[in-house]
Amino acid sequence: MNVPGELSPPAPTLRVRTQVLLWAAQRVSALVLAVCVLVHLVTTIYAIRNGLSAAEILSRTRGSVGWSAFYAIFVGAIAVHAPIGLRTVLSETLHWRGRSLDAAMVLLALALAYGGWRAVYAVVAGG
Amino acid sequence: MKRVLHVRVWRGARDGHFQGFEVPRHESQTVLDVVTHIQRDLDPTLSYRFACRVGMCGSCAMTVNGKARWTCRTQVTTVSKDGRLDIAPLQNLPVIKDLVADMAPFFDKWARAKGQFRGDRTRKEDFARIRPESTERRLVDEAIECIGCGVCYSACDVVRWNPHYLGPAALNRAWTLHNDARDVRRAERLAAVAGDAGCHACHTQMGCTERCPKHLSPTKSISGLKRAALEAALKGQL
Amino acid sequence: MRSSRADDVRLDVRSRNHPAYWAFVVHRVSGVLLVFFLPVHFFALGQALQGEAQFDSYLLWTEYPLVKVAEFAIVFALAAHMSGGMRLLMLEFLAWRDWHQSLLAVAAGIAVAFGLAFLFNLV
Repeated sequence: MNVPGELSPPAPTLRVRTQVLLWAAQRVSALVLAVCVLVHLVTTIYAIRNGLSAAEILSRTRGSVGWSAFYAIFVGAIAVHAPIGLRTVLSETLHWRGRSLDAAMVLLALALAYGGWRAVYAVVAGG
Repeated sequence: MKRVLHVRVWRGARDGHFQGFEVPRHESQTVLDVVTHIQRDLDPTLSYRFACRVGMCGSCAMTVNGKARWTCRTQVTTVSKDGRLDIAPLQNLPVIKDLVADMAPFFDKWARAKGQFRGDRTRKEDFARIRPESTERRLVDEAIECIGCGVCYSACDVVRWNPHYLGPAALNRAWTLHNDARDVRRAERLAAVAGDAGCHACHTQMGCTERCPKHLSPTKSISGLKRAALEAALKGQL
Repeated sequence: MRSSRADDVRLDVRSRNHPAYWAFVVHRVSGVLLVFFLPVHFFALGQALQGEAQFDSYLLWTEYPLVKVAEFAIVFALAAHMSGGMRLLMLEFLAWRDWHQSLLAVAAGIAVAFGLAFLFNLV
């Protein structure tokens, strides 16, 4: 006969309030991303109409304060949204929980922010 | 209609196997009738649970052809077009023996979600006055009929993937108490049901709402808790 | 009488064959695909730092049919993740209404529309 083990409450690495605020941050960044993604999808579809080229992209973005701001915000929202979402996916599929997962997600956020803002700089100013 | 049902029944505990039986087929036969026939006439060592057998107690809940159901309320013709039946214990719970699941974790989580009413009036005071048509009471009424059968818990993948997740039934009950104006443990309860092991872990898969034999919607209750917990967190009350 | 475990790891599709579950699968798969796509996307755009010519030579990759297929898949994933996400935001933040169930159809429609628009301009 299976004797049930006692399931002790989880030892949380994050306080409940923090967990809730992370969830909220992911939803708020989702709202920001909804706008950004709509604009980006429309722009992309418009841009590839006659094939994709550097000129096609850069003629729009080079020196543009508007596009700088737009893509900078876009990247910021991604850096918040993706790691929080991935944290859940990893904990559910790999059963990876605790401080090491949280630390890895912070690193991911920093990596996405760095890679993304570097890309924004590249199409706005670089080269 | 074929004269015989080909039934596979789970035997053992967590480790075990499916055992095959041939059961005579009748008109208006429920899955509980099938299990009862097997235990009485074919193999008395089969263990299973039932009580009222009329769809009121929820004791006979099992996994039938992959879906959690009340076996006393499940007609064989509904679930088996080809005369085949797979019967197993409820998912996401330890198996005691054969078709009997251990409901202890389910009720432990109910307790952990502060799923008990606590009021502050005594017999010396007047009755609490609750208007049945008030918004809050309507929310309670549409979720209150849960009898703790475990079908929703068995149907939820987040329960499966996140061992500490409180589950749809416990959270649904917490929601009814949250909206009960007489209850005094609101703040404590929100803290208990919020976060990674609580309502915020729900992915709106809606397996619970699909399978609930009383047609409740734990998903709706849980979304209410998400909003309530967020409000409390923002106000520094969590 | 093959021995096995009651909590067999393989998921039984029969109990997961309803719209809200498909929506969950699409949302999760598209999300994971997008996370893997982003570093590639940022790297490719970062090539503009080496100048327009270098950037252009990098963009030649997009002429390959296989790359075009991948691009379509990513655009569809993005549209699906966004519209599915908006459906979730409505389910979680608005008082529950029965017609919210049909949001899934709307979300799917939006995703398909974007996917097709991309496809028509791509080929």
